[in-house]
Amino acid sequence: MADTVVGATADLHVSGDDPNRRDFIHIAAGVAAVGLVGGLAWPFIDQMNPAGDTLAMASIEVNLDKVVEGQQVVVKWRGKPLFIRYRTPKEIAEAIKDDHADLRDPATDESRHKPGKAQYLVLIGVCTHLGCVPTFGGGDYGGWFCPCHGSVYDTSGRIRKGPAPLNLAVPEYSFLTDTKVKVG
Amino acid sequence: MSGHSTYEPKSGFERWLDSRLPILRFASDTIVTFPTPKNLNFWWTFGGILALMLGIQIVTGVILAMHYVPQVDMAFASVQRIKRDVNYGWLIQGLHANGASMFFLAVYLHMFRGLYYGSYKAPREVLWILGCVIYLLMIGTAFFGYVLPWGQMSFHGAVVITNLIGAIPVVGPSITTWLWGGFAVDDPTLNRFFSLHYLLPFMIAGVVGLHVWALHVPGNSNPTGVNVSSAQDTVPFHPYYTVKDGFAISVFLILYASFVFYMPDALGDAANYIQANPLVTPAHIVPEWYLLPFYAILRAVPNKLMGVILMFGAIATLFVLPWLDTSKVRSMRYRPTARLYFFIFVLACIVLGFCGAHAPDDLVIPGVSGLQVGDANLNSFVWLSRIGALYYFAYFWVITPALGLFETPLPVPESISEPVLSHPAMTPAGAVASPEKRG
Repeated sequence: MADTVVGATADLHVSGDDPNRRDFIHIAAGVAAVGLVGGLAWPFIDQMNPAGDTLAMASIEVNLDKVVEGQQVVVKWRGKPLFIRYRTPKEIAEAIKDDHADLRDPATDESRHKPGKAQYLVLIGVCTHLGCVPTFGGGDYGGWFCPCHGSVYDTSGRIRKGPAPLNLAVPEYSFLTDTKVKVG
Repeated sequence: MSGHSTYEPKSGFERWLDSRLPILRFASDTIVTFPTPKNLNFWWTFGGILALMLGIQIVTGVILAMHYVPQVDMAFASVQRIKRDVNYGWLIQGLHANGASMFFLAVYLHMFRGLYYGSYKAPREVLWILGCVIYLLMIGTAFFGYVLPWGQMSFHGAVVITNLIGAIPVVGPSITTWLWGGFAVDDPTLNRFFSLHYLLPFMIAGVVGLHVWALHVPGNSNPTGVNVSSAQDTVPFHPYYTVKDGFAISVFLILYASFVFYMPDALGDAANYIQANPLVTPAHIVPEWYLLPFYAILRAVPNKLMGVILMFGAIATLFVLPWLDTSKVRSMRYRPTARLYFFIFVLACIVLGFCGAHAPDDLVIPGVSGLQVGDANLNSFVWLSRIGALYYFAYFWVITPALGLFETPLPVPESISEPVLSHPAMTPAGAVASPEKRG
């Protein structure tokens, strides 16, 4: 009699197409454990993302009164350098001339400044290769040159030569008055 | 070798302890009676040296953490304070900073030893892979540690390396922000790097435990690469190798001390004596010497993502080496062809390191204008890095698998004892029957 009972249970277990209550409890417990670990893991991962106060300091206002033509100011924004350049007409003309040149990351000069404010170019001063700070006035295109690995940007901050894949990024910004911008 | 224990408890207390926690038995089997091949040369002493270096780095590191402040406005000053004002801080900081270089020097010699003598081959694959894990953890620890003094090179090195992760398509930038804890390398980054720099050495210590365990299952390899066949091939670890390792450690410590006491900054970068300034990048960013070959591989490729993949691939390759090598002969002592390619490989690593230290467009041979090939001058470090990187990968993925199939190795001795006993010097005319009684 006992033999018959054991045999029957074993068959049921091996065939697997008829899950019994023990299988159910194993699966349910397993899923609950995975869900619990997964749910608990997220706070431990997300704690490393920017904290509330870091995000709160994420925008700044810059006064452009003192920036004269041909000058560039560098301010720190979100821990990175921000280039605000008052471009000369020659630089703007050069940038527009190259709008349809063979660009790695195609963008017109117009798309890189605010309407009617072609003289002010606002860029994140971080090379899109590995994050060094490019210097103005180097390279063959009258714009920026990155000393680390030799990327060259033009007067519109577009990548022209070297290992960087993208143009210098244009941050989110707006003009509060004619000479005051809010970045971020 | 890991089988039978020969430990005999000598006192009542030892017997009592042995039946409760056989820790003395474990120590005796591991570092006293452990049967070790009798022909190990000095290339086998780096294991002990590395264990010592790990210990020194942990002890000096824990002490430095008592004085260091992981905060962007104070980190740089706190390290200078340690060097100038803290009692013996100059010594402890010097031991720690130079200790990292010594640690890597020893690990590279240890790894080259493994490559030359085929120590990674069956049955030691897991031992080798654990070693690769330790090496990877060491790189992470060294990187985090280098950021902490918060000098110009610390900061911009951290910027460049964390930006590498940004090369991963789609998720890269989010991961970078997550690593930074902000929008740039800043205070949160410094804090977490300090925390991880404290953590990783203990993880290394854990993996070292596994590494030693995996070593003690098959036992040491040896310069002939021939398996131990009888008790005559081995000697007990103590006193034979405790003394030999002790001597090697003493010599190594002399080198270490000469850096610490006579040229503590020789291996560092002058730019790290300038406090970090996020708005100005140093003209020439270079990692510490021990990571230069990988940096050269990164820069050899014009495409950012491919450069990153190749750089990590150079380390990942080491993990699969046991399955790339098709040769049945372990030691290159009996593989003259493989030996030649091995020494070219060592040269390629040194050349890559040399390339990593120079700006890519610098000329290799000054005064020779060179030929423009593709996107760079053939006489520039870009092309030299490419040649070096090509050889690095070819050595593991092409040369090593092919050699095992095509080369003709020299005859391998029957046993560890045989080449010694058959050596002409061993049977001179009028050999003394009992040399130990001579004199």
